[in-house]
Amino acid sequence: MSAPVLEIRDLTVTFTTPLGPLAAVRGIDLDVRAGEMLAVVGESGSGKSVSFLAAMGLLPKTATITGSVLLDGRQLVGASSKELRAVRGQLMSMIFQDPLSALNPVHRVGDQIAEMLQAHQKLSDKAAKARSVDLLEIVGIPQSGDRALQYPHEFSGGMRQRVVIAIAIANSPKVLIADEPTTALDVTVQAQILEVIQKVQKQFGTAVVLITHDLGVVARVCERVNVMYAGRVVERAEIGDIFDAPSHPYTRGLLASLPQAGVERLSPIAGFPPNMLRPPAGCAFRARCPHAVAECGETLPTLRQIGASHSACIRAEEVLTSS
Amino acid sequence: MTDSSKNPPLLSVQGLVKEFHMRSQRGGRRKRVVQAVTNVSFEVARGETLGLVGESGSGKTTVGRCVLRLIEPTSGTVTFEGRDLAHVDVEEMRNLRRKMQIVFQDPYASLDPKMTVGASIAEPLVVQGVPGNHEEKVVSLLELVGLAADHARRFPHEFSGGQRQRIGVARALALDPALIVLDEPVSALDVSIQAGVVNLFADLQARLGMSYVFIAHDLSVVRHIADRVAVMYLGKIMEIGPAEQVYEHPTHPYTKALLSAVPVPNPRVERQRSRIMLEGDVPSPVNPPSGCRFRTRCWKATELCATVEPVLEMRATGQLSACHHPEA
Amino acid sequence: MAYDRFVSHRAAVVSVFIMATLVIFVALSPFTARYGVNESVQAPPNYFLSPRANAWLGTDDIGRDLYSRLIYGVRVSLIIGIFSGLISVAIGCLIGSVAGFRGGRFDDVVMRVTDLFLAFPFLVTLLVMRNMIGGISWLKPITGELNSVRFIIVLFAIFGWMGVARIVRGQVLALKEREFIEAARAVGASRWYIVRRHLLPNSIGPIMVALTFSVVSAIISESTLAFFGYGPQAGDGATSLGILVGQAKGAVNTGFWHLALFPCLTLVVIALCINFIGDALRDATDPRLQRDA
Repeated sequence: MSAPVLEIRDLTVTFTTPLGPLAAVRGIDLDVRAGEMLAVVGESGSGKSVSFLAAMGLLPKTATITGSVLLDGRQLVGASSKELRAVRGQLMSMIFQDPLSALNPVHRVGDQIAEMLQAHQKLSDKAAKARSVDLLEIVGIPQSGDRALQYPHEFSGGMRQRVVIAIAIANSPKVLIADEPTTALDVTVQAQILEVIQKVQKQFGTAVVLITHDLGVVARVCERVNVMYAGRVVERAEIGDIFDAPSHPYTRGLLASLPQAGVERLSPIAGFPPNMLRPPAGCAFRARCPHAVAECGETLPTLRQIGASHSACIRAEEVLTSS
Repeated sequence: MTDSSKNPPLLSVQGLVKEFHMRSQRGGRRKRVVQAVTNVSFEVARGETLGLVGESGSGKTTVGRCVLRLIEPTSGTVTFEGRDLAHVDVEEMRNLRRKMQIVFQDPYASLDPKMTVGASIAEPLVVQGVPGNHEEKVVSLLELVGLAADHARRFPHEFSGGQRQRIGVARALALDPALIVLDEPVSALDVSIQAGVVNLFADLQARLGMSYVFIAHDLSVVRHIADRVAVMYLGKIMEIGPAEQVYEHPTHPYTKALLSAVPVPNPRVERQRSRIMLEGDVPSPVNPPSGCRFRTRCWKATELCATVEPVLEMRATGQLSACHHPEA
Repeated sequence: MAYDRFVSHRAAVVSVFIMATLVIFVALSPFTARYGVNESVQAPPNYFLSPRANAWLGTDDIGRDLYSRLIYGVRVSLIIGIFSGLISVAIGCLIGSVAGFRGGRFDDVVMRVTDLFLAFPFLVTLLVMRNMIGGISWLKPITGELNSVRFIIVLFAIFGWMGVARIVRGQVLALKEREFIEAARAVGASRWYIVRRHLLPNSIGPIMVALTFSVVSAIISESTLAFFGYGPQAGDGATSLGILVGQAKGAVNTGFWHLALFPCLTLVVIALCINFIGDALRDATDPRLQRDA
C-alpha cells in the first residue's frame, strides 16, 4: 500500500465564540492515499468541512487547531502563512460548493487560471495563457480558446464549476479537496461534474477527498469512505462494506433514512444532532442510537478495527449482525 | 388525469403563463423577457399530492407562487374550489387564502427572527381576524408537528433547521387549509432529518385530508409522497401522470434522463447502470429553444422537434407526455 | 447577545456613562446649577473672571457664571437634538418603509424627492428656509417664533429625515423578499400590517443608529447656526450650547481662554460620546452577526 499523501492525526478544531468554545472537530485520524477517491460523509455539524479548511489553513483566527496534518511530509498545523501559500494551489487545492463566489467576476476566466499557474510556476504570460486553454479543454469546456476570454457570468453553473476545477488542478496538486462540489448544481449537471473530477483524478494522479452528504454520489465514484458525526470519525470502510455491512449505528441510520424505491415509509434517525457547544459525554450519537447501553456514555469511543473496516462503536459486532 | 366527472378538482390550473420583464442589458433596446412558465395545466383533487419536479429554470417555484397568487400570472386561469382566482374581489381572496397555504424552502428565512414561535404560528389567525385566544390552538399545532408546548415562547434562532421547518408547517396548518403548496420543503435539511419531515407530511395528510403540491428537484423524495407527478423543463410540463407510472415507465426522454441522473446509494447498482448523460446545461429561459424546449439536449431530436412544439398526449401507460418520439 | 456585543465596545460604555452623567446634571438643573441663567456672580467687577471658587468655570462678559449657563445651554441643545432627531427619524421611517415596500414608480418618485432634499447644501438651505418659513404667517402656530427652540426643531426635522429614509428603505428592500414576509402575504396580511409588524421591528438596529447620528447632527448644526448668529435667541437670556460656543469667537482674541475652552470641549465630548454609542449600536445590531442556532 502506498504511503498516504495526506496524513491527519488527532486533529482538533475549537472555535472561540461569544457563547463559549465550540468543539467543531474533536480528534480525528485520517489518511488520504495517493490517487484515491476518498469520501468524507457527514451532515451539518459533523465537522467534515472544518477539518479540511483547517488542513488548508483557511480558518479564521477564532479557531484553535491542534494535532498534526502531514502533506507529503510537510507539517501544516502551525505552519507560517508563507509556507501555507506555497502549498495551496500547488500541492493541495480545494474547491467549494458555490462556483460563482469562487470566481472573481471582473477577471476573465483564462486570466484566473493563468494567475494560479504563475503563482507557483515560472511561466511566461504567453505560456500561461496557452496552458489555461489546455486546462479548459481538459475539464470539458468546448471552444476553450474563445471561452478563456469570457467572464464568469457568461458561464452556466456547471461550466463555472469546471472552471473552478481547472484552476484547482492547474499545478497538478497531489490532493484535491472537493467540498460539496455538486450540491448546488442541477442533478443532470451533477453527473457531468463527477465525471470531470474522475477524469482529472486519473489523468493527473490526484487524490480526491470528496466531502459530501449525498451517499448516492459516494456510491458512484468513491473507493473508501469516512463517516463523520459530531466532530469525530465514526466509521471507515471500503465502498462495498459501507453500504452492505455498516458497522456503526449512525451509518446504518443514515442509510435507512434515504429514500428508496419500494419502501412505503421513510425511517428517519430519531432526535437531533448534538449541540457542539456542550457536546455530550461519551459517544455523541448515544441519544439517538437504538443500540445504546450505559457504557456508551462513559468514554469517547475510538476507532477500532472490525473485519476490514473501522468503527467507533463499542457494540460494533452487534450492529453488524443486526438486520 | 383525475376523474373530474365524479368530483370537481380542488385546484385546476389551465394555460398558466408567467413572464418576467427584465431590464435590457448592455443598453440594448429589446427588453429581455424571461418565460418562466409557459402554458402549464394540471389538476389536483382533494386529498391528493401532486409532485412538481424540475431543475433550475423549470418554473416549478413560479407555478407554486402563482397558484397562491403571491405572484400575478401573466395569463391563464387558476381555479380553486370552483372559483376563478383572477376574478374574485379582495375580500373573497382574503377568505380563500385561509384555505391555501405554503411551506417554504429556507427554514432560516421563513420565520420572523423577532417574533416568538408562538406568535409566528398564531399570525395567520391574527391576520384573518379569528376571534379568541389562540394559545390553545398554537399548542395543539405544535404537538401536531412533533414539538413541545413550551416551544411557543422561544425564538426561531434557538431551533435547528428541521425544527424550524416543522414550525413552518404548524403555521401553514393554523387555518385548516385544504391545499398546501410545499416549496422544496426538505431540500435545505440534512438527509436524516428529511425523512422525518416527509413522514410528517404523509401523516398529516392521512389525518387531515388536505392536498399537497409538492415542489422539489429531488425525485427520490417526491416518490414517497406523491400520487401524481408532473415533470417540468424550462417552463413547460414534459410529462404528467400517476407517480408509479412516471417512475417505472417514463415516456419522455427528459424524465428518463432525470431518473438516470439521480445517483442510487448502492455501489453495485450505481456503477453498473447504463446512464444517460445529457450534454451541456439547461438553456436560459430568456431564449428558450424553438419547438420542443428539450431538443438541444435530447439524443432523439429531429428536425420535427425544432419546428413543431409537441403537445401533451396520452400514452399507453396512463400518463401524458409532450414528445414527438416518446420512449416505449 | 446584542447587549454583549455593545458592552464589548469600551469607548461606547464610557460614553454611556458620560452622557448619563450629563443628562442627570441637566435634568436636575435647579439643583446642579449654582446660579440662574442670567444671574451675576458677584458685584462688579464681575466680568471675564477666570475659574475660581464662586464661579467654577469663570464668568462671561457681563458676569454670569459660565458653569451654570453651560448646564442650561446643554439642556436646550439636548432638547433640540433629541426632539428633532426623533421627529426626523419618524418621518424618515415612514417615508423609507413605504417607498421600499411599495417599490416601482412610487419608490422612484420618493427617492428622487429625497435626492432633491439631499442635494441642497445643508447650512445654506437652513438659512434660506429659515427666513422663508419664518415669513409664512400661517405656519406660526406649528413652528413658533422665528428665533424659538420650536422653530429650530421643526427646521431640522424637515431637513434631517433623508438619511434615515434611505437607511430604512435599504433595510426594507432587503427584507421584502424574505420568506417570512411572503408567508404573511400568503395569509392575507395587508401592506401596512407587514410594515408595522415585520419590517420595522427587523430594522430597529439601523434605525437606532440613524437616531443617534441624527441627534448628533442636530446638536452640531444648532451650534453652527448659533455660531453664525442664527441660533435660538430667546429674549430672556436663555442660552444654548451653540450660543456659548459662538461667544468663544470673541474670547479667543481677547485671551479669556475659559470662555472658549469649556463650551467647545463640552460640544466635542457630547458629539464624540453619541458617535461612539452609535458605532457600538451599529455593530451590536448587525444582522449578519446574529446567525446563531
